[in-house]
Amino acid sequence: MPLVGCHDCDAVFEEPDVPNGGSAICLRCGGTLFRRQRATVEITLALTTAAAILFAVANAYPFLSFEMQGQVTRTTLASGTVALWQGGRMAVAVLVFLTTILAPALQIGLLLYVLAPVHFHHPAPFAVEAFRWVERCRSWSMMEVFLIGILVAVVKLSDMADIVPGLALWAFGLLVPIIAGGTAFLDAEIVWREIGDLD
Amino acid sequence: MSAPIRAARAPVTDPEGPHAQCHVCNLVVAVPRGPIHGLVCPRCRTGIHRRKPNSLSRTWALLIAAAICYVPANLFPVMEVTTLGARQVDTILSGVIYLAVNGTWPLAVIVFVASVVVPVLKIVALVFLATSVQRASQWRPRERARLYRVVETVGRWSMVDVYVVTILVALVHLGSLASVEARVGAFYFGAVVVLTMLAAESFDPRLIWDQQVEDGHPAVMDARQEAADTQAAAGGDDGG
Repeated sequence: MPLVGCHDCDAVFEEPDVPNGGSAICLRCGGTLFRRQRATVEITLALTTAAAILFAVANAYPFLSFEMQGQVTRTTLASGTVALWQGGRMAVAVLVFLTTILAPALQIGLLLYVLAPVHFHHPAPFAVEAFRWVERCRSWSMMEVFLIGILVAVVKLSDMADIVPGLALWAFGLLVPIIAGGTAFLDAEIVWREIGDLD
Repeated sequence: MSAPIRAARAPVTDPEGPHAQCHVCNLVVAVPRGPIHGLVCPRCRTGIHRRKPNSLSRTWALLIAAAICYVPANLFPVMEVTTLGARQVDTILSGVIYLAVNGTWPLAVIVFVASVVVPVLKIVALVFLATSVQRASQWRPRERARLYRVVETVGRWSMVDVYVVTILVALVHLGSLASVEARVGAFYFGAVVVLTMLAAESFDPRLIWDQQVEDGHPAVMDARQEAADTQAAAGGDDGG
C-alpha cells in the first residue's frame, strides 16, 4: 500500500482510493493531500498547448492603445518592462519581467516539454529537473494579477484619453482561465510516477 | 467534482520518526530515526529534509525586512503624472482614493484590499504564526494551518499596483502633454510583496503540528474519532 503525506502537517496516510476528479483531504489539518485526475497528461497537455499559443499572441501584439490629441502610444508586455528599465527603475523592471514574462513562459514551455513525451511514453531527458522548475515557477507566474492591473489602468486613464483594447488583451482574457484550468487538472503525483527514477 | 474522500486512517506523525516527505515531488520516504543529513529523494533527486531548513530565522528576517520596506512603500509616491505641464504625485493610498472618487467602487475595493489590507495582514499573520510556534502554542492548530494557507494564496494579489504603474508608464509618454513616471515608492512596494511572499514560503506549517505531539490533544482526538466514524460508516468491511 503506497503512502501519501500531507505537505502542510506531515501526517502520513495509506493512500486512499479516490475517484476521478475527487480529492483527498488530510484528516488532521484539513489540507488537500492530492486531487486525482487520471487523464491529467492528456487534459493538461491540451490546455497547455492552447496556453502556449495564447501566450505567444499576448506577447506579439499590443494590449492597449492610448490616444490623446491625435497622438497614439501602444503597449505590449515587454514594453512595460523596457519603459521601467529606461526610467531607471531596474529592480521593478526585473520583477515585472520575471512575473509576467519569464515565469509564465517557463511554466508553459517546460510543462509542454515534460508532458508531450510522457504522452508518447518516452520521458524526455532532464524531465525531472524541468518538472521541478514548473512547480517552482507557478507561484511567481502572475498573469491573472496582471489582468486586474490592466483593468485598473484602463479605469485610471479613461477620463484622460481614449483607451483602445488590442488583440493581446483578448488573448490575456482567455489565457488566465486556461492556465488556471491547467493547474487544476495537473495531478503531479501521476507525472512524477512517469518521469521519476522509481519504477 | 465529487466530494473529497477523507483519508481513513488516524495520522502517524513524529518530527524524528520513520518517514520524511520530499518537499518537491511529495514522495514519502522511509528514513532512519533521528536527524537526517545528505539523503536524496529516490524519485526526483532533490535533497530530503524533515522540515524546511532554518524556517523560523529565515521567516523572521524576511518579515522584518518587509515591515521596514512597508513604511517607505506607503509614504513615498509610486508614480508621478504630468498632464499639460501640471505635475501630480500618487502614493498607493491616493491611488485608491482616486479610484473610489472617480472610478468604480468594486475596483477601488479590490485595489484597497490587494495593496493596503493584504500586505499588513500577511505580515501580522506570519508574525502571529511564527510567535505561536516559538511559544509551543496548543491553540487551534487547524485554524492556524488554514490561516497559513490563506496567507500563501492571497499574497500574490498585492502585485496589482506594481502592474498598474508599469502599464501607465509604458502607455503614457507624450512629453509635456501627458507622461507618467515610476517613483521610488514602487520599488519599496514591490520589495514588500516579494519579501512577504518569500517569508510565507520560508515558514514551515509542519512546525505548528510538531507542538501537538502530546497525546489526547483535541485536534488529534477529533481526527481519530472521525477516522473511527468513517470506518464504522463503511460497515467495517474495510480490511486495510
